[in-house]
Amino acid sequence: MSLVPSPEVIADQVLNGLTIGGIYALIALGYTLVYGILFMINFAHGEIFMFGSFAGFFILHQLVESGFASTNLALSLLAAFLGAMLTSSILGVILERAAYRPLRKAPRLAPLISAIGASIFLQNVMMLLVKARMQIYPDVFPEGIIGVGPVSVSYFQVFIILGSVLMMVGLYLFIKKTRTGKAMRAVAEDKDTAALMGIDVDRIIVTTFVVGSALAAVAGVMVGMYYTQINHMMGFLPGIKAFTAAVLGGIGNVAGAMLGGYVLGLAEALGVLVLPAQYKDVIAFSLLVMILVFRPRGILGEVVSERA
Amino acid sequence: MKDPVIGRWIARLRLVPAWAWYAALIGSVAALPPILGNYWTHVLAYIGIYIMLGIGLNVVVGFAGLLDLGYVAFYAIGAYTYALFASPQFGIHVPFWVMIPACVALASLGGVLLGIPVLRMRGDYLAIVTLGFGEIIRIVLNNLDSVTNGPKGLLRIDPPSIGSFQFTTPTHYYYLILAGCLLSVFIARRLNDSRVGRAWIAMREDEDAASLMGIDVLKYKLMAFAIGASFAGVGGIIFAARQGSIFPDDFSLMVSINVLCLIIIGGMGSIPGVILGAVALIGVPEVLRAVALYRMLAFGALLVIMMVFRPMGFIPSTRRRLELRGQE
Repeated sequence: MSLVPSPEVIADQVLNGLTIGGIYALIALGYTLVYGILFMINFAHGEIFMFGSFAGFFILHQLVESGFASTNLALSLLAAFLGAMLTSSILGVILERAAYRPLRKAPRLAPLISAIGASIFLQNVMMLLVKARMQIYPDVFPEGIIGVGPVSVSYFQVFIILGSVLMMVGLYLFIKKTRTGKAMRAVAEDKDTAALMGIDVDRIIVTTFVVGSALAAVAGVMVGMYYTQINHMMGFLPGIKAFTAAVLGGIGNVAGAMLGGYVLGLAEALGVLVLPAQYKDVIAFSLLVMILVFRPRGILGEVVSERA
Repeated sequence: MKDPVIGRWIARLRLVPAWAWYAALIGSVAALPPILGNYWTHVLAYIGIYIMLGIGLNVVVGFAGLLDLGYVAFYAIGAYTYALFASPQFGIHVPFWVMIPACVALASLGGVLLGIPVLRMRGDYLAIVTLGFGEIIRIVLNNLDSVTNGPKGLLRIDPPSIGSFQFTTPTHYYYLILAGCLLSVFIARRLNDSRVGRAWIAMREDEDAASLMGIDVLKYKLMAFAIGASFAGVGGIIFAARQGSIFPDDFSLMVSINVLCLIIIGGMGSIPGVILGAVALIGVPEVLRAVALYRMLAFGALLVIMMVFRPMGFIPSTRRRLELRGQE
């Protein structure tokens, strides 16, 4: 490895960083949305992401087997993404109902431990379903590279980068422009006052889980297609990293989670130019520790009032 | 007590002093290995290591209320320190008994070093940062090939010895671990009843009020971290000596989560709870080898159910029980 990487290598890594950063951002949004409303870390969010990835895998696998995917690729991809979003959303709703809602008034540690339990449970459910093997994601996306000067991007990278941006714009509009989005903001601000204003707080919390889970599912299908292999443990590391991204941007802050995702993706992609590749995962954790020590509210975060 | 015969018996049993109960209990536990045979002695010794880890983490989580998900890091520090200084890896062979204080010192130093930056954080942030710390330690152990031999691990670690006597059989280690557990229980009980222990509990219940009462919150949190870590250091060194070889994967996040869960299932803050939790969590899956496949599934579900229906655990500490009654 040369000490000074060439500009092409740097540009390539920036693109890789934007790709993976978009994925981190999509997962991070789920953490941040839930934290913004319930002030809890949904530790099982990584597993929701994993279930989404597997749902997409099963759908795509069936469609490829039946030959449908070779004629209607766009429709197959759409089916995989929508199926994954539906699966993850249902799972998110069940999780909220069974593991979190009974603990809403409990001491702070109880929901976190319950979430860890749910996370272990879901990992093992999937392990029993798919027998702990690596699954190879169907390789359906058209191969091809767009060259921009000396830099080249694969179609799939373009798809992920644009797709994740599109999802985020959609979310932003949803939160800012719709009635439900407005209610979500109100509940995040003050649950009791929102309830007095006639907002069904339970329904809004469920909506939040649905939205966050659906975004994670999109990320799950993207990760499956990008890295081509998935297994039941795949949720853990992206989950932790996306949480890092959410904290990086300022947890509870939607724009912050997006920014944090890209910052983390770029830091990892550029970090491997200076550090040995095995230490890639250390970058995220070190960044997390540093940000919490020096700027605990994150890049964009507001001061979150201390809760006893 | 309706039946007068049973009532009289209970009254007579009450006359037996507490130390006699403890002596009888310890005596019967000590008599187990010849009855149970090598395999179960081995399992019991394994449970014993987890009891030590549980007691240590209980100081951090149960007494001081700090959720540490990277506890395995200190266990790894203890184990790897001993393995590096008492194996053919560098040809150094420091005796086990000399390494114990060294491992305790290093593990508590690790606790303080981690504690200084993170202890100002709120509960759930603290959990994730300590989790990250545990993972960093494991990744470094896995990749620092020149020192730790990477995933190939450290092999042929020296067994402890007293004079010419060497610890070799599971029974030897059983007694070593039993002694470690007894010492840990003793220290934890003394700590809990001390000024320090009361300060921790005050802090756990209300940090602001404790600090207004003149408790240096940061100092006591650091102490909890350091003391908790030292138990893991001792657990690690015994683990390394008993296994004879250690690998980075012995120190995965699952160890931290297992230890945390055994505390919670047993009853946070209570020492009998830790022992019961260790037996339930480490021992029962051994009995249920046949259904090993579903063990983690049941475990995860159990954690959720436990939090929903009995968040205080099976044997909550006396103080907690009183607190919970007070709220009703």
